Amino acid sequence: MTAPLLELDRICVDRGGIRVLDGLSLSIEPGEMLGLVGESGSGKSTLARAALRLIEPTSGAVRWRGRDLLAFTPRELRAARREMQIVFQDPATSLDPRMTVAESVAEPFEVHRLATAAERGDRVTELLRRVELGPELLHRYPHELSGGQAQRVALARALAVNPALLVADEALSALDVSLRAQMANLLLDLREGAGIACLLVSHDLRLVASICDRIAVLAGGALVHLGPASGIASDTRHPAALALVEAARPGIRIRRQT
Amino acid sequence: MPPRGGQRRRVLRVRDLRVSFGGPGGRFAAVDGISFEVGRAEALALIGESGSGKSTIALSLLRLLPEGAHASGRVELLGEDLLELPEASLSRVRGSSIAMVFHDPLAALNPVMRIGAQIAEALRAHARLDRRVAAATGLDLLQTVGLAPQTAKRYAHELSGGMRQRALIAVALACGPSLLVADEPTSALDAVTQRNIAALFRKVRRERGIGLLLATHDLELAAELCDRIAVLYAGRIVERGAVSDLLSKPRHPYTAALLRSVPPGLGGPRVRLVPVPGSPPPSWARPSGCAFRDRCSRALPDCAAAEPELTGSDGREVACFHPVEAA
Repeated sequence: MTAPLLELDRICVDRGGIRVLDGLSLSIEPGEMLGLVGESGSGKSTLARAALRLIEPTSGAVRWRGRDLLAFTPRELRAARREMQIVFQDPATSLDPRMTVAESVAEPFEVHRLATAAERGDRVTELLRRVELGPELLHRYPHELSGGQAQRVALARALAVNPALLVADEALSALDVSLRAQMANLLLDLREGAGIACLLVSHDLRLVASICDRIAVLAGGALVHLGPASGIASDTRHPAALALVEAARPGIRIRRQT
Repeated sequence: MPPRGGQRRRVLRVRDLRVSFGGPGGRFAAVDGISFEVGRAEALALIGESGSGKSTIALSLLRLLPEGAHASGRVELLGEDLLELPEASLSRVRGSSIAMVFHDPLAALNPVMRIGAQIAEALRAHARLDRRVAAATGLDLLQTVGLAPQTAKRYAHELSGGMRQRALIAVALACGPSLLVADEPTSALDAVTQRNIAALFRKVRRERGIGLLLATHDLELAAELCDRIAVLYAGRIVERGAVSDLLSKPRHPYTAALLRSVPPGLGGPRVRLVPVPGSPPPSWARPSGCAFRDRCSRALPDCAAAEPELTGSDGREVACFHPVEAA
């Protein structure tokens, strides 16, 4: 059996004297879609950042492909970072307002010295195609994009470095229901096509349950449920997880044929 | 909830509202001839994707449109045309007859004023109230929206997202408005808090008989809070009807597609989600004929020739040449 892609081992994170994550263990297999749900303040975003070592855990271990991420040298960390990418909720704040779409998507190539200047143009167009954006957007600035387009540009940027793991931190939450479905399908396609694992942080349990393999539920900085997505409604006993299940009850009956 | 008989009085009547903005290729209409009404204690949802015009409609009701926007038509609130009203009279109307709950309460609340003071300010702006009476009424309001009395002494940044939205609702209710306009009031909140805020809206409507105009993309929130739904697409109403009827028997292909894109309930088999294909046209480049035809599975050549009008009867209307047939 191969090692998990990413493994969190009894992680604690303290911030301002408060324990935000409390001895949490969780792993993601290569190519797995893992959903992470919980109410605001449950520690979801902190976990996502600790997993990528964007914040340092107070105690516990983070292992990337079986090796201690916290002991990586800066050079090793940079190499590992190429394989782990994060997309945030608000693309307006993660895209540089002074950069065109083409410049934003090409920037990772420069940072990681991945492609020659001559190759970059084609690679950028190809990345935009993968996120279903046309080349007419290449010379637009972020303020000229719709929310859904901007989020795809952020995703294209993340894909530029061929990551093995994509962390989507509420990356679908600000989108309309139809765009959310489009992006969810895009993440599934990336898994099918390129084997990219995804940690999908969301408060939308129904969305998470419809595309993820497993679901982890956080409450008060601890893991209160972990199991297959199909069993989320029947297998959980924890009140915090049950509250999410209850809130995810469909409010409408949907006619699913045309 | 059907409107109670006899009590039904019109609070808001919007006639042929058009809102245009200046763009790179000249002026364009973000809202293109929309008419609707909200009765006393009635709740109407304006459903649409971003760019459909729902927020522009909400803002134009309070004359809060950005510089350069131009609104025409009639917006009658309790019989008074708000679009004709001089600027000086607007502050009388805003907050007294009509109040707004925004998507982002942190931006809508005053960061340097305690919550209690903001509620009291809203109370005293429209009624000559003794400071002490205002404070007491404010505490009642906090209780109504489910906040502890101590919240009066807090600042917005000290509250959670859900508490802020409750505080904002308390401020909005302070002057006893006839109509509450809510623009995506729950979309910044987590799922459990969303449910709680939705329950609060229901309670407030029931107890105070306030009309509600809800602008949202969340079909389920609309189903939970509203009596009727108007579906917007590219600045026009494409379908309208009572909530249960419209959601169980959508007639416009866009409404049907929007409903299909909602993730299924928990515990079922894994399915690939079915988004509405493509993306809406930008408001400055709307195609001729039906604006939805490029994304529509039922489109035929005649859809390009003319723009379908909203027609129907018994409060059930659709703007489509080839609507989905009732099953």
